[in-house]
Amino acid sequence: MLRVRDVSFSYSRGRETRLVLDRVSMEVERGATVGLLGPNGSGKTTLLRIIAGILMPQSGTVQLNDVPIAQFDRRQLAQRIAMVPQETHSTFDFTVLDIVLMGRFAHLGPFVLEGPSDFSIARRALESTGTSAFEDRLFSTLSGGEKQRVVIASALAQSAELLLLDEPTASLDVGHQLEVQSLLARLNREQGVTMVLSTHDLNFAAAMCETLVLLREGRVLACGPTKDVLNAESVLALYGVEADVQLHPRAGHLVVTPLARTVR
Amino acid sequence: MKPVRARIVAVLAGFGTLLAVVALAAPLIGSTPISIARVFDRTIPFADNVDAQIFFIARFPRVLAAAVVGGTLAVAGVVFQALFRNPLATPDTLGVSAGAALGAMVAITFHLDVSVGGYSSIPLASLAGAFGALGIVYALATARRRGLSTTVLLLAGVTMTAFFSALIMFTQYLADFTDTLRMVRWLMGMLDIGGYTPIVAVVPLLVAAGAVCATLPRALDLLSLGADAAAARGVDVFRTERAALFGASLATGAAVSISGPVGFIGIIVPHMVRLMIGSDHRLVLPGSALFGASFLIVCDLIARTLFSPIEVPVGVVTAILGGPFFLWLLLRRA
Repeated sequence: MLRVRDVSFSYSRGRETRLVLDRVSMEVERGATVGLLGPNGSGKTTLLRIIAGILMPQSGTVQLNDVPIAQFDRRQLAQRIAMVPQETHSTFDFTVLDIVLMGRFAHLGPFVLEGPSDFSIARRALESTGTSAFEDRLFSTLSGGEKQRVVIASALAQSAELLLLDEPTASLDVGHQLEVQSLLARLNREQGVTMVLSTHDLNFAAAMCETLVLLREGRVLACGPTKDVLNAESVLALYGVEADVQLHPRAGHLVVTPLARTVR
Repeated sequence: MKPVRARIVAVLAGFGTLLAVVALAAPLIGSTPISIARVFDRTIPFADNVDAQIFFIARFPRVLAAAVVGGTLAVAGVVFQALFRNPLATPDTLGVSAGAALGAMVAITFHLDVSVGGYSSIPLASLAGAFGALGIVYALATARRRGLSTTVLLLAGVTMTAFFSALIMFTQYLADFTDTLRMVRWLMGMLDIGGYTPIVAVVPLLVAAGAVCATLPRALDLLSLGADAAAARGVDVFRTERAALFGASLATGAAVSISGPVGFIGIIVPHMVRLMIGSDHRLVLPGSALFGASFLIVCDLIARTLFSPIEVPVGVVTAILGGPFFLWLLLRRA
């Protein structure tokens, strides 16, 4: 479904150029949940922004269903790929329903207002994310976890094939983390939503993703099924942290316990 | 929630009615009382109808100027606030107003005497100053990267405003006593434009600015969630930001060329309208245009009647109302 081939990207500031992604390749099958892991500055967010078409790679290609995404204009791309940023703040006060309806932007022409079908899609997205109860509340009055669920609802209202999530549980407490985790798992299981997510939470990645892509300094360190890729060696190589990685009998997935930071 | 179409109709009807009432009532009020029945009495020839002459020649051009300037600056404020994702942004933030003021000051000091398409030298120089300021700020904001940096745009605007203010002071220093008085009056904002010509002259600019701004509302909603969120939902961020910048700057330049810089309209009106009808730009843009027009008509009415027969510059009235409002807004957000 999604094919990233030899993508490189660097940021320039004055004469200084910093290579953020170096010939990164990965593939995502329809219905899969793929996690991007890596330390700060490893290029996870940049890769997601390139897949979303927000940044253009300096070399390499991103293809969706064998079509280079560069061939789509912004609206066409947003009809196919939705993205949930790490945090969403609104400069002005919009209601929750307003925020979710904004997900329909790509499906409406200029000067076209949302019709009954758009409202029905938005309300379905609210139901899927358990946020129907506060559709008339102001977005700014919601808690962090509620906001994240509403932004996911807005992304679902885009009716896109692929959902990108940039650290969806960052800055959430453990209760809200589990809330978002179970929501994403349900969306993947019941609606077959294909997801690529970046995270620093190894246990969240282990619980959510069947495939992991490990990034270090802009390069793919390893890529494959979670049970094969996530182990003490890869955690050490990625983060310089000694860790215990065990299959948790009650959770049913690998659980990573960091033990000590090693000098790199 | 009511469908957007019904809410837009309600906003247009509500604020439109308010504007019609205010625009019709304001010319009837003044130092010389006039009767609406006599104004529209067709049995009296216009040459003999003093009430109609006061209404149509003395007061209505001024009311029309207030409506055009008020509505235009309010719309520019809405667009700049969304563009900068900063509710405290105003049409003055970008330096366009200061550039326009500098143009007018140069025209007054050096007694420029040109006229193009009904435009006399001061508004013409003011427009040139506005476009010059926009050009400089835009070049700075796009110089270092692909796309438009709103942070650089904002900082460049603030810097250029300070720089233009220094040049305005220098120009005033060069001017003689009479010209200095004209400058001070112009800088305070004045709507006593003496006829319909200055308004008619800016109509093409206002139509162009309005056409650009009309394409923006939903994209502005999305931009207020952040550039990445907007792009991910299908907004061409660079194109939208550029259109917003040019549309709002064109509107600001045109409005300032009529009246001089009338402060605070671009911040008071959008926030009052948001408090009344919410933040959806499909409602806020037309609502602010109509309410801004009514608001400035009322401010001008206060300016010309409060200490009658002495007139206070309308910019003084808007500043007295706007200063505390701005601080309230700042403290409310803090």
